[in-house]
Amino acid sequence: MQKKFNIEVDCANCAAKIENAISNMDGVNSCTVSFMTQKMVLDADDARFDQVLKAAVKTAKKVEPDFDIEL
Amino acid sequence: MTKKQKKTLYRIIAAAVLLVAAAVVCELAALPWWAQLVLHLAPYLVIGYDVLRKAVLGIVHGEVFDENFLMAIATVGAMAVGEYREGVAVMLFYQVGELFQSYAVGKSRRSIAALMDIRPDSANLENPDGSLRTVSPEEVPVGAAIVVRPGERVPLDGVVLEGSSSLNTSALTGESVPRTVRPGDEVISGCVNADGLLRIQVRKPYGESTVAKILDLVENSSLKKARAENFITKFARYYTPAVCFAALALAVVPPLFAGQWSVWFTRALTFLVISCPCALVISIPLTFFGGIGGASRQGILIKGGNYLEALAHTQTAVFDKTGTLTRGVFAVERVAPANGHTADEVVALAALVESYSSHPISKSLRAACRQLPDPARAADVQEVAGQGVRALADGRPAGVGNARLMQAMGVDFVPDDGVGTVVYVACGGQFWGSILIADQLKPTAAGAIAGLKAQGVRTVMLTGDSAAVADKVAADLGIDEVHAGLLPADKVSRVEQLLAAKPAKTSLAFVGDGINDAPVLMRADVGIAMGALGSDAAIEAADVVLMDDDPAKLSAAMRLARKCMRIVYENIIFALGIKAAFLVLGAVGIATMWWAVFADVGVMVLAVLNAMRMLAVEKTK
Repeated sequence: MQKKFNIEVDCANCAAKIENAISNMDGVNSCTVSFMTQKMVLDADDARFDQVLKAAVKTAKKVEPDFDIEL
Repeated sequence: MTKKQKKTLYRIIAAAVLLVAAAVVCELAALPWWAQLVLHLAPYLVIGYDVLRKAVLGIVHGEVFDENFLMAIATVGAMAVGEYREGVAVMLFYQVGELFQSYAVGKSRRSIAALMDIRPDSANLENPDGSLRTVSPEEVPVGAAIVVRPGERVPLDGVVLEGSSSLNTSALTGESVPRTVRPGDEVISGCVNADGLLRIQVRKPYGESTVAKILDLVENSSLKKARAENFITKFARYYTPAVCFAALALAVVPPLFAGQWSVWFTRALTFLVISCPCALVISIPLTFFGGIGGASRQGILIKGGNYLEALAHTQTAVFDKTGTLTRGVFAVERVAPANGHTADEVVALAALVESYSSHPISKSLRAACRQLPDPARAADVQEVAGQGVRALADGRPAGVGNARLMQAMGVDFVPDDGVGTVVYVACGGQFWGSILIADQLKPTAAGAIAGLKAQGVRTVMLTGDSAAVADKVAADLGIDEVHAGLLPADKVSRVEQLLAAKPAKTSLAFVGDGINDAPVLMRADVGIAMGALGSDAAIEAADVVLMDDDPAKLSAAMRLARKCMRIVYENIIFALGIKAAFLVLGAVGIATMWWAVFADVGVMVLAVLNAMRMLAVEKTK
């Protein structure tokens, strides 16, 4: 399942770092974080999407403390 | 400004005031070093606490080398060697730069959003009793009737039930020519209703409507990154650690041989400040985003930065003929009457005999008639496969068709060798004349080809038509290479041959109308679909979508792509060049910490301003 979220990231480099970190997570098929449009697209396993999403947000906040997401 | 930006601004002002106060006090009174440090720590913490916090968090999380780390180590280092004022100033300017960057990016993001503001806010849904209810477009079911008042945006795709009006499609196509719609006509969401009240039956749910598709496409375009963009991200990953180790080496290695530990330490700090890669990291995606946004304003949808890059490198443009360079509509080009008949008589007779046919040629004959003949005058109509149509027109045997039909009817006819489809008309055993029917060139096609050639692009035309027709079109337009008589499958293999033969590092663009050429669109480096307004298949298959069917948009798209790539390379070379120069100056001790700050923030500001040039929309000619 693929879902799009409105997010807040402060710089292009931060977006790239978050994208990398989430893409390498277990259960994530693919993830793109766009600094310009302030959007994140997360593609993860259907069955545990919510769980993966929670973990992804946690990872993102760890990589970039200013990361914010509209759920 | 957002709340966050305002907060940063206040912090900058407060820190600047505190810094000036501290500097004045230190100049006037001879204070011990610890008092000076305390005085400077106040502005330093006001302006730098978040950077320090992020740097520490970064280290804790194992994400050591980022710009926060660079700034933290450089300023803490400066404070440690007693350069209090410099330490605070570096942090202050860094924050000014960050604020400017966030403001500039926010501004361009908003202006692009405004350009692409085609999202309808609401729809006027008609209740069963005829009253109206304002709902969001997502809630309107297929088949429902909606009302669009003058000045409102059409919220959903549908068919006009009642009313007529002219629609302004400029938000979708970049063209300001209004489109007139009457009952039975299809309307596309995103257009603005100019003057009349329209009652529309909805044909598609909002999620599948044209507006939703376009918005989706533009938003997702920044997810497909160009090579140059990926290069910068990768570059930053190796660059920052490399610079940190270089700085460490600079602080340790020379003093081992020459002493002067504090001098080399300061130089190493300067080196760190200069090396901050923000100018590159921010300006490259901003340029691509601006390019895609500016293009969509002109009715050119580009599905990603990578296609912008490929478009800029296009050296071969392959066109489909029908529907792309020509209108794809047959029209009577000339009539050669014979044996004393007038042109009008010949066309009218041909139209009468072909009254019952829906073939494009029959339609063009009917369209050329001044007054449509009454179909009842034709009787006993029979189609003769591969020859034409025979019928009794007003009781007399008549035939409309090719030369073989004339021979079969035993009519003595004058052959016409014009390029196109020739229709011979005979009645009562006598030859009446011939009609030449041909596809019409688009009025802007010749200009489009000339524009491409001026940019050094080789043009190729593929068509399923006969060589005679193809050669005439190519000659009229000035196309370099023609391949005629191709089946749809042949077009793919032709394009593959052209792909193999193209010069290295250039791209090949295929331009089609999206009908029957989806495989070729996908095979080419850049697939460009034209006249795609309302055609889902084309929007899916193509990489670049021209919303209207004007081939001149292609050279506009290429010009825009080249401008975008030029700005990208300018920024890469400019930023790296200045950085390299200052790194050397810093390492040998010529550039001070002050220079370093200005080099860092200045380069970033200039690079961002350069990137923002992409937002200036080129006027469509």
